[in-house]
Amino acid sequence: MLKLELRHLGALLDALAGQGKVYAPFRQGGRTDFAWYDGTAGRDAAALDLEHHTARAPKDVLFPQVEDLLRFRQQGKKLGLEAAPLPTESVVAFGVRGCDTAGFAILDKVFLQDPADLYYRARRDSLTVLGLACGELEETCFCRTFGLDPAAPGGDVDLWLAGGALYWQARTDKGRRLTEALGAAVPFTDAADTTADTAAGAAADAVPPAVAAQRDAVHASYDRLPLAELRFDDRLYHHEREAFRSPVWESLAATCLTCRTCTYVCPTCHCFDVRDEKTAPGTTERYRCWDSCMDRDFTQMPHGNPRKGKTERFRQRYLHKLVYFPEDHGGTYACTGCGRCLQACPVSLNIVKVEQALAADLGAVGAAPDGKGGAQ
Amino acid sequence: MNRDSMIPVVGVLTKVTRETGDVNTYRVEKPGGGKLFEHMPGQCAFLSVPGLGEAIFSITSSPTNQEFMEFSIKRTGRITDFLDEGMEPGQEIAVRGPFGNHFPVEDKLKGRDLLFIGGGIGMAPLRSVVNYLLDHRADYGNIDVVYGARSREDFVKYDELTEDWPNRPGVQVHLTIDRPQEGWTGHVGFVPAFLRDLAFTSDKTVCLCGPPIMIKLCLEALTDMGFRKDQVYTTLELRMKCGIGKCGRCNIGKKYVCKDGPVFTCDELDDMPDEY
Repeated sequence: MLKLELRHLGALLDALAGQGKVYAPFRQGGRTDFAWYDGTAGRDAAALDLEHHTARAPKDVLFPQVEDLLRFRQQGKKLGLEAAPLPTESVVAFGVRGCDTAGFAILDKVFLQDPADLYYRARRDSLTVLGLACGELEETCFCRTFGLDPAAPGGDVDLWLAGGALYWQARTDKGRRLTEALGAAVPFTDAADTTADTAAGAAADAVPPAVAAQRDAVHASYDRLPLAELRFDDRLYHHEREAFRSPVWESLAATCLTCRTCTYVCPTCHCFDVRDEKTAPGTTERYRCWDSCMDRDFTQMPHGNPRKGKTERFRQRYLHKLVYFPEDHGGTYACTGCGRCLQACPVSLNIVKVEQALAADLGAVGAAPDGKGGAQ
Repeated sequence: MNRDSMIPVVGVLTKVTRETGDVNTYRVEKPGGGKLFEHMPGQCAFLSVPGLGEAIFSITSSPTNQEFMEFSIKRTGRITDFLDEGMEPGQEIAVRGPFGNHFPVEDKLKGRDLLFIGGGIGMAPLRSVVNYLLDHRADYGNIDVVYGARSREDFVKYDELTEDWPNRPGVQVHLTIDRPQEGWTGHVGFVPAFLRDLAFTSDKTVCLCGPPIMIKLCLEALTDMGFRKDQVYTTLELRMKCGIGKCGRCNIGKKYVCKDGPVFTCDELDDMPDEY
């Protein structure tokens, strides 16, 4: 493990920028969010914020809000077509929390599943993730519900802010390559020097006391969170039929404003639209952009809409995360406990509320443990 | 796949056939001739109208046709209106595909007596299967085709239905129209009732396509006639944007109609949430 004094964070950002575009959390106007580091005010070392959680998940580093796909050029009856080049520029995402690296893993399951999305894969291949262990937790955090550890972020490199220093542990080949490439540009010291245990071999893996202490402190503060003991009920995805037919949807959806904020802040939501825009006579740009299954037109077809009302669309979003996705991916929920939907929803709807209501209802129904069974 | 699944290829429209008042068949070839890509019966492809976008259609022609692909398309919205009004032979067109699974012509349909039931534009995907079977005739048993349309003028590929298929060995075509019509000597009535009249034996494997209400009522009729739901293949139609199970639009339960479908057995549909 390596160690860096915090006064060298500026040097680190500059050295990272030498390896690729840097996407990092900056604080501006009382709000922390990911942005591209460019050294300008608000996007410089002074504004770098490794303490607060970000308003949005950094999923757009892999799945941009708008992404060009191709350009059509029409001339008479001729049609020319130029595919957008695959994005190959190296990118470093700096300070990604465990809930958001887990979000990347869920997006991977969607976009890399055969047939892989080549634009996503190109972005994924050129991305190095610097994970950041949590220090302060939000009251809305519940990552441990999904087996995640707020002190083990799961990046290519993992970072801990502890004892007034940044600790740096490369975990993957990508992480090791980046660490080597930074070389002397960043005045790292060997964190193992600070430990009593200097035995050869053990030293590299040894956890410095400051990191161990910070880890213990985070675990202790997690235990005090309101959702510390929250568990999702696995009966849900074994009882798709009952979950689908539950009467809770009507009352839960009733207050939803369909503003789609939950979709856009979510690290796992990945629905997209494909749109054309005429940009000049004979020229059309085709792009994809974020969309939401909560939108009224999402499934609208000329002959009708299989999800006619808000209740059906609300149900689809939550059942996809709580039932359909786990059914298809070995029990993995399409939720990482980041808690953003708990903070962002203007009418206090969120996945925890929905899961609890649904689990309570299925408990009352006494769903049989035989999968599809139960009431017809 | 080397090319991204989101990027179409450019073909050329070589023929537009007006089939009915609101259905045209569009013939598409590679510029210079030949098929744009291989497909299987029941698979779909997106056609692009630059500026308006893409929509997905079943490929109506048989995979055995090596010269061109055909799409029989009914006018139902902006893109299909433009195809009808704004496209003419010689026009290049972007096509993206093939997507989805297909009717199980290599195994489950082989050696079986087959019953095709189509309603309206629903005959489009079935036509690909029937012509494929006719080009591999020895591999399949007797073929019955039941096809219902609003009127005599609403049958797509009427010549093929009346002059080609019935003359093939072991093929019977049963046409019906919704209401009596001057000069029509064939059957009059809706498909589900016609099915019961025809009293097919329940040993056949069925491919059923049409409007949702027709599928539902035909399935009831077939069940009453002794067919099991796993003998009946049908196709689902949902809005789609990507074709590769990522954009989320055609998600029903854990299935994505674009890649897990569009062909499902009717007992598979029973396992899915009722959202199609």
